Amino acid sequence: MSDTATKKLMLTFPRWERKKPIIYHLVKDHNLVVNVYRAQITPEAEGHLVLDMTGTKEDIKRGMDFIRTFDVTINETGKGVMRDADNCTHCGHCVVHCPTGALFISDTRTREVGYDETDCIECLACIRVCPYGACSSAF
Amino acid sequence: MKTYQQINDRIESGKAVVLTADEIIDYVDQKGLEAAAEEVDVVTTATFGPMCSSGCFLNFGHSKPKIRMSEAWVEDVLVYTGVAAVDVYLGATQLRHGDPANMYYPGEFRYGGGHVIEDLVAGKTLQLFALSYGTDCYPLREIRTYFSIDDLNQAIMVNPRNCYQNYNVAINDSDKTVYSYMGCLEPRRKNVNYCSAGQLSPLLNDPSYDVIGVGTKVWMAGAQGHVYAEGTQHAGGCERTPGGVPIGGAGTLALTGDMKQMRPEFVRGVSFRGYGISLGLGVGVPIPILNPDVLKRTCVRDRDILAPVVDYSKEYPENTGKVICHVNYEQLRSGEIEVEGKKVAAGSLSSYHMALEIAHILADEVRRGDFRLAEPIAPLPKDTVMKPLVAREKP
Repeated sequence: MSDTATKKLMLTFPRWERKKPIIYHLVKDHNLVVNVYRAQITPEAEGHLVLDMTGTKEDIKRGMDFIRTFDVTINETGKGVMRDADNCTHCGHCVVHCPTGALFISDTRTREVGYDETDCIECLACIRVCPYGACSSAF
Repeated sequence: MKTYQQINDRIESGKAVVLTADEIIDYVDQKGLEAAAEEVDVVTTATFGPMCSSGCFLNFGHSKPKIRMSEAWVEDVLVYTGVAAVDVYLGATQLRHGDPANMYYPGEFRYGGGHVIEDLVAGKTLQLFALSYGTDCYPLREIRTYFSIDDLNQAIMVNPRNCYQNYNVAINDSDKTVYSYMGCLEPRRKNVNYCSAGQLSPLLNDPSYDVIGVGTKVWMAGAQGHVYAEGTQHAGGCERTPGGVPIGGAGTLALTGDMKQMRPEFVRGVSFRGYGISLGLGVGVPIPILNPDVLKRTCVRDRDILAPVVDYSKEYPENTGKVICHVNYEQLRSGEIEVEGKKVAAGSLSSYHMALEIAHILADEVRRGDFRLAEPIAPLPKDTVMKPLVAREKP
């Protein structure tokens, strides 16, 4: 399993693609373990999905090729939540609300708030609590 | 013993020894109090956090023909016009016209007075809409125009209450989320929020108001402002530790400064979900080291400062005055405190990071000779207490 990898994606579905069972096929046909962070599929509206796929590099490549057969916009940075460091005042209010420690005090003396996006599960708690609007969501 | 004049002479000559309230603790430990008091001229203190009782007077100048504004909005945020013709007061907590507030609870409060102040300082172009009833001398009855801070004759921040000496630690005893001016409080005591720069905070470094008074010069978001009065709700006569540090709100400062000299990163609009709008403001106060006693008080440490833990689901709104317990800022900054045997996550609304930056900026300005100190013209009251509002049935 040394060639196993995980790839995080954000997919944007136009209205005409939203009914297709893409994740089902990623799991069944391409042997991928799919972890959905966040989804917003609204009838008659554009849809959004943030997920990661774990599998062999070959399976991930085949899965990516499969997704590309749809009219879906793929954001390979996989970031549905953004933190604007310039807007952050480092008050630390977000830190206790972040369930995974993606937001953390990176320096205990200067109380600087750090952000490790790989730990972010897109629960949106930071967006709810940040008084300065430093965190925002793509959808 | 030193005088203000001697300290200012040393600042003028570029020889002043200046340390931050963070640095002075170890410095005095190493040097000893008496020797350090001889050597050090100024200790800089600072804070950055939401300061709701903030706002500014703006003067727009006169249009042709002239208008005596009787109602006015900047970016659809109502401003107070009950002053002279083209003067207005813009308050930090004012909501934007049409904001649904908490109609769809918890409201988002995305834009209001604090954000207008931020945008003004950032030099953005804003919309003014004003109405009038028309007079012989001010015939214009309506104006809509666009302006930036450079177009204004004056933009003077006048804040009735800033720099609370100490503050509550908010907790939620109920089983539903509390949205407050102390941030988001999860149910069943899952988290607490505090709001103080602790050992860096101005009035905690001068707990009995021996050197900070009316007339003290302050660093106000980069501008050189001053204390114009005791702040509203100033209550110097509160309970204190044996070391003289208040264990509740206590003192406050009324501050004023020229917004045209301010730096936008230290003037920030604040949105508290479910509560409303405020202004995040950075303030620095230099403490003149006149004698060893003044220096000793600037060596206050987070562990020496106690703050009351108060329930914001019932006790605070009902104004019962009940305090669950006291905790110190060292415990709060560890990220976890203990409340009646239960461990509770601790988060901050005040930015120690920004406060530290301000303390260093101010220290550099004093060292360079750009920031001289001012001797107070009147002391802050030491023994006043806060009176409640009594709802009386008859006059």
